[in-house]
Amino acid sequence: MSILIDENTKLAVAGITGREGSFHTLNNRNYGTNVVGGINPKKAGSDVEGIPVFADWKTTVAETGANTAMIFVPPPFAAQSALEAAQAGVELVVIITEGIPAHDELKLYNQVKRDHPGTRIIGPNCPGLLSPGKANVGIIPASFFKPGNVGVVSRSGTLTYQIGNELAQKGFGNSSIVGIGGDPVPGSSFVDIIELFEQDDQTELIVMSGEIGGSAEEEAAEYIAAHVSKPVVGYIAGFTAPEGKQMGHAGAIVSGSAGTAKAKAEALEAKGVRVGRTPTQTAEIAMEILGSPTAA
Amino acid sequence: MDLLEYQGKQLFGRHGLAVSDGKPVTTVEDAVAAANEIGYPVVVKAQVLIGGRGKAGGVKLAANEDEAREHASNILGLDIKGHITRTVWIEHASDIDTEYYASILLDRSAKKPLLMFSIEGGVEIETVAEETPEKLIKHHIDPLVGLTREEAIKVATDGKAADDVIEGVADALVALYEVWIEEDASLAEINPLIVTPDRKVKALDAKVTLDGNAAFRHPDHAELGDSANADPIEVKAAEQGVTYVKLDGDIGILGNGAGLVMSTLDVVAQHGGTPANFLDAGGGSDAAKVKQAVELILANENVKAVLFNIFGGITRCDEVANGLIAAFEDLKPSVPFVVRLDGTNDVQGREILEQAALPNVYAAKTMDGAAEQVVALAKGA
Repeated sequence: MSILIDENTKLAVAGITGREGSFHTLNNRNYGTNVVGGINPKKAGSDVEGIPVFADWKTTVAETGANTAMIFVPPPFAAQSALEAAQAGVELVVIITEGIPAHDELKLYNQVKRDHPGTRIIGPNCPGLLSPGKANVGIIPASFFKPGNVGVVSRSGTLTYQIGNELAQKGFGNSSIVGIGGDPVPGSSFVDIIELFEQDDQTELIVMSGEIGGSAEEEAAEYIAAHVSKPVVGYIAGFTAPEGKQMGHAGAIVSGSAGTAKAKAEALEAKGVRVGRTPTQTAEIAMEILGSPTAA
Repeated sequence: MDLLEYQGKQLFGRHGLAVSDGKPVTTVEDAVAAANEIGYPVVVKAQVLIGGRGKAGGVKLAANEDEAREHASNILGLDIKGHITRTVWIEHASDIDTEYYASILLDRSAKKPLLMFSIEGGVEIETVAEETPEKLIKHHIDPLVGLTREEAIKVATDGKAADDVIEGVADALVALYEVWIEEDASLAEINPLIVTPDRKVKALDAKVTLDGNAAFRHPDHAELGDSANADPIEVKAAEQGVTYVKLDGDIGILGNGAGLVMSTLDVVAQHGGTPANFLDAGGGSDAAKVKQAVELILANENVKAVLFNIFGGITRCDEVANGLIAAFEDLKPSVPFVVRLDGTNDVQGREILEQAALPNVYAAKTMDGAAEQVVALAKGA
């Protein structure tokens, strides 16, 4: 197994006709992901290398049975597109777009939670998901990853590749890799994804890669202590970040004493989660816990 | 983006929250003219984005023109913890009966706006939260509904605001939420929210942070903030669409992706180095963008060595290598570079660099190794 995306994924993409949108959609299809459609109200009826383009989410779902949405539209319109995907009944909405206003994310999160509890949002400002050997939804460079028993959940894209690569060099593969994004109001938190990895047969160890800002890592620490039987290895970026400066991601900011990397690492360690001080050390801890990589 | 006090107050005023009449000025003569126009006594307040203005001598009461002139000339140009005062705000001094506190911020954990109110205003709210948490009322607002007047009255009542100002406080809270939601704020704070002897409720200070991601729907926000005190390299980077944060050290850093760059800073620090900057070149950086980024890094004179840490996803390592070569041709940097390329087209990227044989450029195989090497080079320089 894997989580959230696999052979049964039917992907449709909002913003499929844009430069980034078409490039990554075709990448995802080349990987083997079942891409069933795209949305652009102005180009409905056309196609992108054989992928039909529809006017809106409702039509797309009705025509194709899409169960997964990927949002590539520009920031001013992204939250609305995600909401329309949820309204059309899509179960998994992955928002890649970076730069969405925090209030749009806030309203989207609350509205989907209230009116469309069957829909799960991943992102915004995330690299998407990869279940190696099965499906790729987003911008993760899949060639670096193979199937295996380590589940990875991360707030950062490239840091995920770095840690994934360190694991791969030690022979480990992945059940699924989930980028939850670096924004202040992510649709899914560490807790949401760790819960899925805990239930997933293929996953034997979970790596969570956090960073400064907010309290999602502290909440994960509490959750892990109470509900997770599988080993979890943590990594936190941003020990050297100064207070009050936004470190790239909209959500990566230390305010006063809240949200520091030190506090997050200590919260995890207090609950028995080992935390690597570098990506390399994080992979070494995974190696120590699992012994040798086992095929999934 | 953090707003200066007077900018926050002007936003408050626009949304119906009572503030004192005042004027922002940048010269002593204008300060005196503003004070004469407003009427004495006035308060002369330094406009800088840092706390502790009062203690630093940046807030003074003036009873007449001579005092206004004296205070304005002392405060204009005053260095408050590294922030030079370029603007002072002159406002009519308020009579104060009581000081309350009110704020709205984004509670990332609850994923809701959080309204906080306390009758213990005028002091650090963190102290109130720690020592007398029962005096700090916390109320989550449903962003799909907004803050109703009934809710605001309940918050004021629960917070034990004086009976005769419950309505006034509720009006202020509703207006504060309007500021927060309509201006795309992540923080809107009033400390103190005062009650005057004639029982009016008024914002005596304003701390507002706006969401830069929402700038596209607020063209009027473009002129706000404290651009005079912003770091010139950070300003230039923002214009180029690159995220750059200046730090205190001597090792220039370039990476792709915020998380990887943060991690790179940490690994450099673990090897005993001190980063000079955070620079996220972003995904899909082409050669031209890489060259611009090198220019930004080298604009900081403290930089003694530079580390490139790239794990290419969308970013192609061959593009990064070509950008570095272009930067060397143009800028002829005198400091050493350590370059670690992994990910998309890494083999090509490394080959391009090897053939270019740039002076003072060292290829590193791993992130740890690269950090170790750049720290040694910076120390040797």
